[in-house]
Amino acid sequence: MSAIKFKVNGKPASFSGAPFRRLLDVLREDLGLTGTKEGCGEGECGACTVLLDGEPVNACLIPVCQAEGRAVETVESLGTSKKLSALQACFLDKGGAQCGICTPGMLMTATAYLREAPKADDAAVRQALAGNLCRCTGYQHIVDSVLAALPRPKPAKKRSSRARK
Amino acid sequence: MTAVGKSLHRREGPDKLRGVAKYIDDYVFPNCLHGVTLRSTISCGRVLKVEQDPAFDWSEFTVATAADIPGKNCVPFLQEDQLLLARDRVNHPMEPIALVAHASRERAYEALAHFRVEYAPEEPALTMEDSLRLRRTIYPPDNVFKDILISKGDTAHGFAGAHVVVEGEYRVPWQEQAYIENNGMAAYFDSDGTLVAMGSMQCPYYVHKALKVIFDLPAPRVRVIQTTTGGGFGGKEDYPSVLAGHAALLAWKAKRPVKIVYDRTEDMAATTKRHPAKVRHRSGFDREGRLSAQDIDVVMDGGAYMTLSPVVLSRGAIHAAGPYACPNVRIRARAVATNTPPNGAFRGFGAPQTLFAAELHMDKAARTLGLDPAELRRRNILREGSVTATGQVLRTSVGMDEALEATLQMSRWPALRASCEKWNASSRKTWRGAGLAAVYHGSGFTGSGEVYLASKAGIALTREGRVKVLAASTEIGQGTNTMFAQIAADALGIPASLVDVETPDTAKVPDSGPTVASRTCMVVGGLVAKAAAKLKAELAPRGKFPNTQAALRRAAASLCAGAPQREFIAQYEKPAEIQWDDRTYSGDAYGSFGYAAMVAHVEVDRSTYEVRVLKLWTAQEIGRAVNPALAEGQIIGGSAQAVGYALYENPIFRDGRMVNASLTNYVIPTAPDTPPMEVALLEKPYRHGPFGAKGLGEMPMDVPGPAIAAAVHHATGVWVPKLPILPEDLAAALPA
Repeated sequence: MSAIKFKVNGKPASFSGAPFRRLLDVLREDLGLTGTKEGCGEGECGACTVLLDGEPVNACLIPVCQAEGRAVETVESLGTSKKLSALQACFLDKGGAQCGICTPGMLMTATAYLREAPKADDAAVRQALAGNLCRCTGYQHIVDSVLAALPRPKPAKKRSSRARK
Repeated sequence: MTAVGKSLHRREGPDKLRGVAKYIDDYVFPNCLHGVTLRSTISCGRVLKVEQDPAFDWSEFTVATAADIPGKNCVPFLQEDQLLLARDRVNHPMEPIALVAHASRERAYEALAHFRVEYAPEEPALTMEDSLRLRRTIYPPDNVFKDILISKGDTAHGFAGAHVVVEGEYRVPWQEQAYIENNGMAAYFDSDGTLVAMGSMQCPYYVHKALKVIFDLPAPRVRVIQTTTGGGFGGKEDYPSVLAGHAALLAWKAKRPVKIVYDRTEDMAATTKRHPAKVRHRSGFDREGRLSAQDIDVVMDGGAYMTLSPVVLSRGAIHAAGPYACPNVRIRARAVATNTPPNGAFRGFGAPQTLFAAELHMDKAARTLGLDPAELRRRNILREGSVTATGQVLRTSVGMDEALEATLQMSRWPALRASCEKWNASSRKTWRGAGLAAVYHGSGFTGSGEVYLASKAGIALTREGRVKVLAASTEIGQGTNTMFAQIAADALGIPASLVDVETPDTAKVPDSGPTVASRTCMVVGGLVAKAAAKLKAELAPRGKFPNTQAALRRAAASLCAGAPQREFIAQYEKPAEIQWDDRTYSGDAYGSFGYAAMVAHVEVDRSTYEVRVLKLWTAQEIGRAVNPALAEGQIIGGSAQAVGYALYENPIFRDGRMVNASLTNYVIPTAPDTPPMEVALLEKPYRHGPFGAKGLGEMPMDVPGPAIAAAVHHATGVWVPKLPILPEDLAAALPA
């Protein structure tokens, strides 16, 4: 059986084994990337969310063969021990993580959302996070964290000051 | 004071955010086996035979049964009625019968299909009603685990003089904790024979106690270590003792490390849930709308074994009258046995059940009396000097009035109610309503519980010049680590950055009691402050306490006398004025109470009858917010769980077994389901709490249920005296 080749966090990775092994197990057990968590094993809770070619997916529902030739991003790609990413720093500051088990998946979904350069909209963030369950926070501080990570709306400020004139 | 009162960042936050915090399933143990559990498929009956398929190759498997247990076959809590592994009979579905381990988790599961269990099924008692009718005697003689009577004044006299009497019956179901990390535990025997259990848990010393009994080992030969825990909410209070016993038994037999991590369905179907309850209220009011009598009957479903049910019942009973001053009260409460998996702790611990009934009943009374629900509460709430149902005189730190008024103000109550009525007069698509609830919640163990616990916590000064908090109280997401560091820092007058918090490991920390009952900050935090005072008295009895690491290192050189650290331990001492009588169920049920009110604004779809919460406003009086951001996180998160309890979470049991045991069809709130919340923290310091702090973790769970139910009534005119309020309930009650 030929190895399944793909990229994980920018680096080449390969897996030789059952092609229908869950991407989640390959990441956690074969590649030692335990930042991705399992909550339900049936695609409901989103704790195992990773990005596959930039799209958030539940790694518990993806057979590893489906990752062939594609790019996987996990929570381990986000920050370093010296410096958290901007999104992680906002989660720390706004209280977006409590027990932390949903956090990696939540961060990956939010990362994909933020790349779409969205507007600051509470309801839109809630909708974007609808596939990620959190039992601790009641979501509000997570939504606040994601909103705080949006790029600063500098041009908008200028427009509004002109409008006041 | 520099740390207490500030929203310092969560200490373990960066590790959790980077995915490097290690939960039990993230640990790799060399040579480890995976354990799985053979469970009963019937609700009640004798076990005649447990056979292993002779055609199956068992050579790579380790199998353990009751016969392998070296000590006592039990899970010790209040009693030892629950077996670690069933022997000759089972009393509920999913009861553990045997254990299997294999290096491959898949193969271990595969082996379960090769057992054959022969039963002689018996007629079960599956409901509280069946239990009380003694359809099956599960707990002799009468199936009642605990019967509590709280009595104050003379209810007959109170009803005789009443202007109006209001009656009602209220029901609440099981609720699943639904932590996102399932229960998991690993166990192994060290080279010196010490049994080590590591895993997801709230109470390391509960697990420690259980393992001592199950393996007949002295305390020093058992070591329990908490790993990063992905939520608990009570669901990891008692069950981890079962899981640790199972993992350890397999490890004992296999002579290899064994890990058991449940999948979601097993976790939901086999582990503890919130107790279902049925509560009847009869209350008398005088002409001014003041309570003259309350007669309350509570029945809770404990499941097949006692576990913690008497204590859950106790808290439920004490909170059953609501936060009101009534001269004549009678509360009878019973926890009964059924052939269902044992129910256990879940945030609020009996109080959300009885407070739902008390508060919705109060709303019903307001309607009967023709009073605004806020006004009826104003006339009856507990204030300084009020006497509770157990005869407790509330002397200080009584914030019910402030919490109620602040909540009404934040929500602009009269305008909000009027806007809903205006909306309902014109909208064809939806109805809107606003509902109010007020609660109190006792902090710490009930009655003499804290005296029996006699908890200990400590402070250590290390040779490196750092201060370390020593406690078995666990960080489960609520912020224990951060809060302890803040309290220790201010008690010593040093920056919080010089304080570490030791891992809850029974080899390293004293028994500070279980992480439950809104006690970690108020009770254990108080012990941390007391231990810090001992260090301070030793190091700087008069002078200034060293407040840099270099100065602490110099001080430690003599204090530690060559040891890695010097420890100072403080033990709980009951404040003299707290008096409780277990026999008559009277006196000071809790050292103090937190107080909260909430207004819920809801919208009901007129064609689908779906209820959506638009917004929640709540003011909660908690003595002192040691870390306001974490406190707010507890309130918002607890309230969201209660939104689920109110509207979505509907456990379905068939033949005593939960059939919707998955997150696909047991629905917990998602981000769009959860409303924005406005929270106000109110502070009326409690003098025996550290820096004035009281408990706060559970109270948020008490309020949304009744507030949402009252709002649904305001919107639709229909009383739904149960939770969750489902579209089907409204469809049945509303004219087609």
